[in-house]
Amino acid sequence: MKLTINSVEHDIAAHPMARLLDVLRVECGLTGTKEGCGEGECGACTVLVGGEPVCACILPVGQVEDSEVRTIEGLGGDHPLQHHFMNEIGAQCGICTPGMIMAAMTLGPSPSLADVKLALAGNLCRCTGYPAIYRAVLKWKGMPVDGVADR
Amino acid sequence: MKPLLSELALRRASTLDEALAILRDDPRTPIAGATDIGVALNFGTTTARRFLDITQVRALRRIDTAGDTLVIGALSTYSDILRSALVTERLPMLQQAAGQTGGVQIQNRGTLAGNVANASPAGDSLPVLAAADATIVLQSTRGERRVPMADFYTGYRATVVQGDELITAIEIPRVPGRQWFRKVGTRAAQAISKIVMAAVRDADSGILRVAVGSVAPTVVRATRTEELLASGAGIDAAVRALDGEIAPIDDIRSTEVYRRRVAGNLLRRFWADSA
Amino acid sequence: MKTAAVGQSVARKDGIGKATGAAKYADDLVFPGMLHGRTIRSTIAAGRVLSIGDVTGDDFVSVHAREIPGKNAVELLGFDQPFLADQRVRHMHEPIMLLAHHDRETLFAADVRVEYEISAPQFDPAQSTHVFKQIDMQKGDASSAMSKADLIVEGTYRTGHQEHVYIEPNGVIAVPENGGITVYGSVQCPFYVKKALRCLLGDEHVIRVVQTETGGGFGGKEEYPSILAGHAALLALKAGRPVKMVYDREEDMVATTKRHPSVVTHRTGVMRDGRLVAMEVDVLLDGGAYMTLSPVVLSRGCIHAAGPYRCDHTSVQGRAVFTNTPPNGAFRGFGAPQTEFAMEVHLDRIAEVLGIDALSLRRINALRAGDTTATGQTMRDDCSAHMVLEEAVRRTDFERKRAEYAGTNRGIGLALFFHGAGFTGSGERNLKSRARLELTATGVRIATGSTEIGQGTRTMHAQIVTDALGIPYETVEVAQPDTANVPDSGPTVASRTCMVVGKILEECAGEMRARLGDLTPAQYHAQHGAFAVERVYEPPDWIDWDDDTYRGDAYATYSWGCDVAELELDPDTFEVRLIKVTAVQEFGRPIHPALAKGQIEGGTVQGLGFALLERVVMKGGAMANGQLTNYTIPTTLDVPELDIVMMENPYPAGPFGAKGLGELPMDGPAPAVVNALRHIGLDVCEVPATPELLSSLAPAAVVG
Repeated sequence: MKLTINSVEHDIAAHPMARLLDVLRVECGLTGTKEGCGEGECGACTVLVGGEPVCACILPVGQVEDSEVRTIEGLGGDHPLQHHFMNEIGAQCGICTPGMIMAAMTLGPSPSLADVKLALAGNLCRCTGYPAIYRAVLKWKGMPVDGVADR
Repeated sequence: MKPLLSELALRRASTLDEALAILRDDPRTPIAGATDIGVALNFGTTTARRFLDITQVRALRRIDTAGDTLVIGALSTYSDILRSALVTERLPMLQQAAGQTGGVQIQNRGTLAGNVANASPAGDSLPVLAAADATIVLQSTRGERRVPMADFYTGYRATVVQGDELITAIEIPRVPGRQWFRKVGTRAAQAISKIVMAAVRDADSGILRVAVGSVAPTVVRATRTEELLASGAGIDAAVRALDGEIAPIDDIRSTEVYRRRVAGNLLRRFWADSA
Repeated sequence: MKTAAVGQSVARKDGIGKATGAAKYADDLVFPGMLHGRTIRSTIAAGRVLSIGDVTGDDFVSVHAREIPGKNAVELLGFDQPFLADQRVRHMHEPIMLLAHHDRETLFAADVRVEYEISAPQFDPAQSTHVFKQIDMQKGDASSAMSKADLIVEGTYRTGHQEHVYIEPNGVIAVPENGGITVYGSVQCPFYVKKALRCLLGDEHVIRVVQTETGGGFGGKEEYPSILAGHAALLALKAGRPVKMVYDREEDMVATTKRHPSVVTHRTGVMRDGRLVAMEVDVLLDGGAYMTLSPVVLSRGCIHAAGPYRCDHTSVQGRAVFTNTPPNGAFRGFGAPQTEFAMEVHLDRIAEVLGIDALSLRRINALRAGDTTATGQTMRDDCSAHMVLEEAVRRTDFERKRAEYAGTNRGIGLALFFHGAGFTGSGERNLKSRARLELTATGVRIATGSTEIGQGTRTMHAQIVTDALGIPYETVEVAQPDTANVPDSGPTVASRTCMVVGKILEECAGEMRARLGDLTPAQYHAQHGAFAVERVYEPPDWIDWDDDTYRGDAYATYSWGCDVAELELDPDTFEVRLIKVTAVQEFGRPIHPALAKGQIEGGTVQGLGFALLERVVMKGGAMANGQLTNYTIPTTLDVPELDIVMMENPYPAGPFGAKGLGELPMDGPAPAVVNALRHIGLDVCEVPATPELLSSLAPAAVVG
């Protein structure tokens, strides 16, 4: 089957019931998307399908044949949100970071702190306790971080 | 036992007719968002091996009205439900349930029909649909039938859906009066419910409905409790009646004692909030 | 001293890879010809293996206990834990044999029949007579002093297992190469792994351990990875091919180490004016089936058990015991979260009994310079108990809210705590940790065995070297921890990476600066070539500790904290809604303020999970809720507003005045939360304080 990932068409040999996560990581060598739980609970495997964040660990690849899949690699490597995550220490160990960033991609132009928390409620982080992640996302959006006790 | 990929099969249908023909000739498990089946496959807790992807049947992804009836197509996701002005107007308690089901990733994929078909005792939308007197629309090549929520479940994770049938829509008649919903999860987000209650109360017509999830093998419509309250018996009697209509257990997430106590508290809270 | 890097939140040395997906964690690595590995684990809690069936199918590689070339023992404090059970099975999920195959799906579908003879397991630590370690810490004469007290207050406090839930599960790849084996993996302590492999494999192999980018540790990757590395190495050496072993979440949760469950009993003699005059504390830790680090966890737990309080007569007795459960191990805080939980909740109960408020009781008894701890260590100017307490009280408007909330369903509670930095007593001297600074053509390179696991090691070490040498931060690079290339700096644990290893680097820099004279590193290199400075850690020489009596200077210094938790209890569901948590912490001074704040925020949230949400359900001697659906850590919506205050009290023997920080934040949240619940009127003495527990403690009439 053919799969469009980050605007590039790939010929996929995997079984249609293979997890999208495995197709990305193993067949396509795109290891930026991570596996944390295999249950759709931690969000480390978050990618965009048709522009919407979903968990790739519970998604049979055969279902996305006609959709555009976007992974962390699709952001290029110099995206402002990526810099904010490093600068604000939104990433400590970094394993949840690609998933967090992809989940944050669909936030509107002026999210409140509550909007950010809700958008990221399906992404677990064990290192930061979350405030630094909010700071990274709010700064990216040019929103005030006062509610998050800025450093 | 976790299946090998080679044991699994997937077909896709792009129209409803195609889907129904496949279900007739080559019976298999319909999948839409796959948020439940995906987990079950990863953990080897399902015996299903052959699947029919229906996500391309666009006609099923719609939310509209037919007169006084709200019609939620089978492929409507929780996110669709959250964004729908129609649902906000007609069935806000469903939006409360949808917003508390998983995180945004699950809401973007999970469908209402999937929640209904999966038949988990803890399904967050099920008490809402039960309290709303919803009807499940089933289609097959043999025709269409409508099954009221009250008749839809036959036991633990068991429904009346036949092997060649597909849930195509959920129909909800106008809900009178006030809608009330409360889910008690294991934490504030991404949580399985320990107890979940939906209720309706209309002073004018006297309509009163109370439905509870995670307290029995299937969702419970507490009809005896409803009758007592409607007849003017006090809330204390109703709490006792509710206790008799539910059968919660101790499990990995909570206890029978807790569930019983909280069920009674939630009923009281609903009664006070909707007075 | 004016600093250019230290004290600033400078750009991190990690680069941007963590945010772009370019950073490589263990499971991201692929080697040609790589096989996947799997551990066949026991399905009984106690007994013997009678037979292990063969695996049908081609291309399987297997390793049994009898094939182990060296010692079938995981070298740690003891040698009691085997890599593979040699007939005796002592816990559920104990490794029995190993399998490898090139196809991961085929590997995990393989059926291996193991037959057991089942024996009766011991699951109750209180009944267990097999003691890994016993400690008896006496100061003064507690029982005599007890008889002179006005009142005696007793209490028993419990904490359960806690699972680390690093978002990256354990994973390694063992590669046979260079006449030996290299293990790449998610590890906190590459030299622990190397040592364990040496014991397992015998002397003929060259052993090298390389840390990959690690997705969280929290102590869960301190000692456990030695077992995983050993397994992968055995398979790789037999197969002659690289073997990748990465656990899925469930295996990681059920089979690897967790925080030791505790039962701590207090018996305290108090005077009516609030003074603590005698303390008897009993600490019981459930170590699981093998010793692992239980003696040291017990040690730290006991040393902190009397809290940051002065009391002339204390008796702390502890034991870590065996049960037929998966061994418990290191987890951030390492015994102190358990015993300080008990102390702080007990203090609030004493306050309730005496009719003195909880704050006054702490003001009366908290340590000051000149007082001695339960080990007889004299506090000096680096004691900040009162400073953090008063700041927390002021900042949270504690006294007014304490009065205002009384009788409502809102509560406010506090906890005062401390945490010794570095290894206990003579531990740091015995470790002989080393660090090296290498001159390069462009600047310098830091070479230590300290691992970056999210806490900012690379950056923080670079900042110290930058200012100690007086060179641009951009010219300092940090070597990847590879046992072939870096010295053994001791493990990345015990809140020592800054205070201890950072100190060695500071000293290296001083020596290098002396040798460079006025030249920059690049100039010197061009003129004279490269050189390196390598030094051993020198702990302060005044440290006087007796390992037999557990008396003396337990730690070179302590960090201090005071947490305040403000919360509301739902009267219908007994769910706790946290309103705000304030964490005031003194750890010398921050080297990188944003990284330090991250440690406090993250550790506080991990502590809140420990307090309210995280419950390991044990059935048949193993974790029954080994899925993230059922073992619930805090999400964004579970975390309230966090107010973090970093106070300074520079510690002269630490690099630029820094003490240790990593674990301190873990000690305060649970007692602060429980004390807030006690403020509401619930007699909570254990964590997690789940709604089910709170419901059972609430009277039949609705609260509030």
